[in-house]
Amino acid sequence: MRTPLTLRFLAALPRSGWTAMGLFAILTLIVTPALHLFVPEGNPFHVSNYAITLGGKIMCYAIVAVAMDLVWGYAGILSLGHGVFFALGGYAFGMYLMRGIGTDGSYRSHLPDFMVFLDWKELPWYWAGSDSFLWTLLLVLAVPSLVAYVFGYFAFRSRIKGVYFAIITQALTFAAMLLFFRNETGFGGNNGFTDFKRILGYDITSPEMRATLFALSALVLMLTLLLSRYLILSKFGRVLTAIRDAESRVMFIGYNPLHYKLFIWTVSAMLCGIAGALYVPQVGIINPGEMSPANSIEIAIWVAVGGRGTLIGPVIGAGLVNAFKSFFTVAFPEYWLFFLGALFVGVTLWLPEGVVGLWKRIKARRTA
Amino acid sequence: MTKPHIMKRILLTLLLFALPSLNALAALDPALVRQLAAEDSDAKIAAIQQLGADASPDGAKVLKAMADDELLVAGETVFVFEGEQAVDAASGAVIEPTPETYEPITVNNRVRSVLANARAALKLYHPDRAMRLAAATELQSNAGIEMAPILAAALAKETDAEIRALLAQAHAQANLENPDAAARLAAVKSLAASSSPATRGLLLPLLDTSNEPEAAVREAAAQAVENLESRLAFGEILGQVFSGLSLGSILLLAALGLAITYGVMGVINMAHGELLMIGAYATFFMQTLFRAYFPDYIDWYVLAAIPAAFLSAALVGMLLERTVIRRLYGRPLETLLATWGLSLILIQAARMLFGAQNVEVANPSWMSGGVEAMAGLVLPWNRIIIIGFALFVLTLTWVLMQKTRLGLFVRAVTQNRPMAGCVGVPTSRVDTLAFGLGAGIAGLGGVALSQIANVGPDMGQGYIVDSFLVVVLGGVGQLAGAVWAALGLGVVTKFLEGWSGAVIAKIVVLVIVIMFIQKRPQGLFALKGRFVDN
Amino acid sequence: MSATHIETLDENRGGEDGTQVVGHILQPGVDLSHKVILYLEAISVSFDGFKALNNLNLTIDAGELRCIIGPNGAGKTTMMDVITGKTRPDAGTCFFGQTLDLTRMTEPQIAHAGIGRKFQKPTIFENHTVFENLELAMKTDKRAWTSLFAWLSQEGRDKIADTLKLIRLDREADRQAGLLSHGQKQWLEIGMLLMQEPQLLLLDEPVAGMTDDETERTGELFKSLAGKHSLVVVEHDMAFIEQLGGKVTVLHEGSVLAEGNLATVQADPRVIEVYLGR
Repeated sequence: MRTPLTLRFLAALPRSGWTAMGLFAILTLIVTPALHLFVPEGNPFHVSNYAITLGGKIMCYAIVAVAMDLVWGYAGILSLGHGVFFALGGYAFGMYLMRGIGTDGSYRSHLPDFMVFLDWKELPWYWAGSDSFLWTLLLVLAVPSLVAYVFGYFAFRSRIKGVYFAIITQALTFAAMLLFFRNETGFGGNNGFTDFKRILGYDITSPEMRATLFALSALVLMLTLLLSRYLILSKFGRVLTAIRDAESRVMFIGYNPLHYKLFIWTVSAMLCGIAGALYVPQVGIINPGEMSPANSIEIAIWVAVGGRGTLIGPVIGAGLVNAFKSFFTVAFPEYWLFFLGALFVGVTLWLPEGVVGLWKRIKARRTA
Repeated sequence: MTKPHIMKRILLTLLLFALPSLNALAALDPALVRQLAAEDSDAKIAAIQQLGADASPDGAKVLKAMADDELLVAGETVFVFEGEQAVDAASGAVIEPTPETYEPITVNNRVRSVLANARAALKLYHPDRAMRLAAATELQSNAGIEMAPILAAALAKETDAEIRALLAQAHAQANLENPDAAARLAAVKSLAASSSPATRGLLLPLLDTSNEPEAAVREAAAQAVENLESRLAFGEILGQVFSGLSLGSILLLAALGLAITYGVMGVINMAHGELLMIGAYATFFMQTLFRAYFPDYIDWYVLAAIPAAFLSAALVGMLLERTVIRRLYGRPLETLLATWGLSLILIQAARMLFGAQNVEVANPSWMSGGVEAMAGLVLPWNRIIIIGFALFVLTLTWVLMQKTRLGLFVRAVTQNRPMAGCVGVPTSRVDTLAFGLGAGIAGLGGVALSQIANVGPDMGQGYIVDSFLVVVLGGVGQLAGAVWAALGLGVVTKFLEGWSGAVIAKIVVLVIVIMFIQKRPQGLFALKGRFVDN
Repeated sequence: MSATHIETLDENRGGEDGTQVVGHILQPGVDLSHKVILYLEAISVSFDGFKALNNLNLTIDAGELRCIIGPNGAGKTTMMDVITGKTRPDAGTCFFGQTLDLTRMTEPQIAHAGIGRKFQKPTIFENHTVFENLELAMKTDKRAWTSLFAWLSQEGRDKIADTLKLIRLDREADRQAGLLSHGQKQWLEIGMLLMQEPQLLLLDEPVAGMTDDETERTGELFKSLAGKHSLVVVEHDMAFIEQLGGKVTVLHEGSVLAEGNLATVQADPRVIEVYLGR
């Protein structure tokens, strides 16, 4: 522990990395919000509502993709249930947003509309404190992590890995989806949460709020990247990749993989939860569909497209796939599934290292 | 036999009964017949009961006419029309001149129900056993105290055991309303032997002092209800076991193909559900084909669908194996993602070919209806047939894997690929064929699913988690494991559903499976040894 | 010599059974008070009815260099699995020193207690550099939380440099381990074992795939380690075993067939029968 942590943190990125990070920060924290807020509509430089929301959404996805890459790319644990953690974070924040509606709902009740509809007279116990912003932030961090910790503890302890683990996580998200579909679960059933009005008293649809959420998403994405970078460069990260490559060897030289896997798994879930909490106010809805197995497996393809085992790869992958998705589902909705399906097949067959791997190969060929 | 069948038979026999005309009406007591036209309903009822108790064929005909509103009254004369002629209901003599003004005897609801019972009671003397059985069944469901004497008389004459049992039950039921406490007690005791849920409803009111003043009767009734409930509970358990087996057989059909592709070959095929879908659509296609070209044989389209589903799913499966999956052998996680992509493509293809809506696949007539295994427990034919079909597919799979050269090759290749190649097994062709076999079996599963579930582009998605759970739970490489896991999951799910509803049951099952895999990561039937790891 | 061993074994058994098994697991260090580092007593392991180990009894003295030979399927690898906690025996006891019951410990715990293992097929971290491979193996606090803030000390660097020299990979320190030759991988794995500073080294076919020269050097290394460490070497290469010169145990069908120096064992008619007969 001779080198101070701050120095080691600075060492986490090379100079070019810090430059890129700085540029990204200027673009997302200053330029884009400014263009949204201060350039009038109709001006070619104006960033529209749609564009800034889409950007914010994609950055949330990018956080999830990085989180996924930490477990899949670096620890070799393929999760097909990361959507659960994302949705749990979203639901935790959604509770706060639902309470923020106050008596402006269709039934003019202090209860959320769906509870009035179910003829409930008071909030269930687990909604207690959901009107407090701080408590909500705590829930956003704690709930996904706790679920991940408990699930991971049992799964890793019995050394479930590879495909078995993937299938069990899929079952996990499937079960959670069924649970949240029930009206009695108390999270709005089918429809989930929507019609949000305000955060901390500010109108959720105002341009300022949009710009803030966008910038916040960017900030969290950058912090996520820095944290991940630190993790993988530490000895912890080296042990993690060692576990991925030869788990039994790691055990026989005295490391207990359980704790390493559990730590990264929980961190990953927590990041997903944060992303979910940022996502919900921007898109304005959260429902159990977010927990469908298909959604979770799509996260894996973002990572695969970008290139797993790298940190920038997942960000690129999430961006590319979702930009395509936004375009396709509007232009040729019926071909989107074909495209997505072909992407799954094509990337695994021809681009196992993703776009980043392709880029590296091209660069290597040029220099050679 | 279910109710509709019985009703059909009753109607048929009734028709036969009505065919001989009324012209041979023999003498009935004219006063009694006139009483049928009385103003007072009680008088009418008394007359109907008398006619019923007399049990003469002529009385029966009169009662039928009355039930059909064809028994007419003109002054003091009660008559019916036979063609143009008016015939006296009591004597059978033609009435001259035909009365000018007449009206049908009014039959209000109360009278009508007594009438119906009386007519049913009359049939208790019919020479045809089936008729008597039907009549006894009908009476058993709604016998009031007024029927008691009729039933007692019929019971004394009846020799057939099954009908006697029904009659005894009806008689006891009727006697529950008997003012005489001893008769009620006897009735309760007699009913205690029944195991129908309806009897419970009859006995329950007797537990209450306001309905039943006699303590001894109340006690007997309480005892009877308790016995009955335990018998009913047994029936319910049987029912749940059956629906569990049924669900298990469906899971098995969905998972058997997977037991080969994943269990034996080690290929994670997330498009497995879509192979089921292809089988189901093949069934739909055969149904359409039969409707258009062989409408006379429409009932047998399912049989034609079996090979069609097998071949179409197997073809698609082999195509997938040749083009994609074979390039990914030994990389299970990549296989998982690629096959997921394939499943998306197949779903979208089905949407474009057949539309996004579910299509309608009808059960052939020999699969509809059911068997009443015991009172209150009807086992539907389609479920029974699917259980049988699952057994058939299981046997087929087992024979293919254990007794054929292909099966031998598959097992050889999966155990030691290089060695199998060395001794001349065409490994790559074996892979394709084995995958095709697994896919084809999934197609067969699709045929079964089409008979009980919605057929639509997304149908496969619902089975993929379950199928994998079955295979994982059963243990990789084990057909027997898959069988036990499927049946176990089915039965456990159904029992939990009985307790807690479908969603919670599903969640609990998932949790149980996860916990089970904690304990035995290799599944129910673990392969041990040095080859297991890695 | 083997007779005296069996005597010590029986003495210990009387004292140990039941009474002092559990409480001592976490005691630091290995209790070598009886000069014996490893006891295997009546170990049986079966896989689907096949008896991989059948009532196996074996004791290794502290500082001993023991060679284990035996035909394929004799149970050599399974024996190592049992010692390192990978496989739990169906019956029998397995003690490290006087106090540590290996059948109740996990693989990492056993590694910490001081048993290092080299696999039959060299398993190293192919995506890490040679240096990192050694660093990961180095004896240190190996908990996840500390690893987050761990920083390699100068002392650690020196230790790694020494080992690199010893295994003659100092020039390859920054190369990706996956790019090494087979023999070099074997050496790297041995080097990782040494970094763990174990009391007992289990080496499964350590010289397979090595050139004669490399084999010879490995033999020298092992001989120099004996005394300070105890070594159990499983090998097929008789010349190598001869070079090592320690006691030889012959396994057959899951139990000990013969034990003694190489010449005695080779003259044993039962051993000849097993190797040449049938």
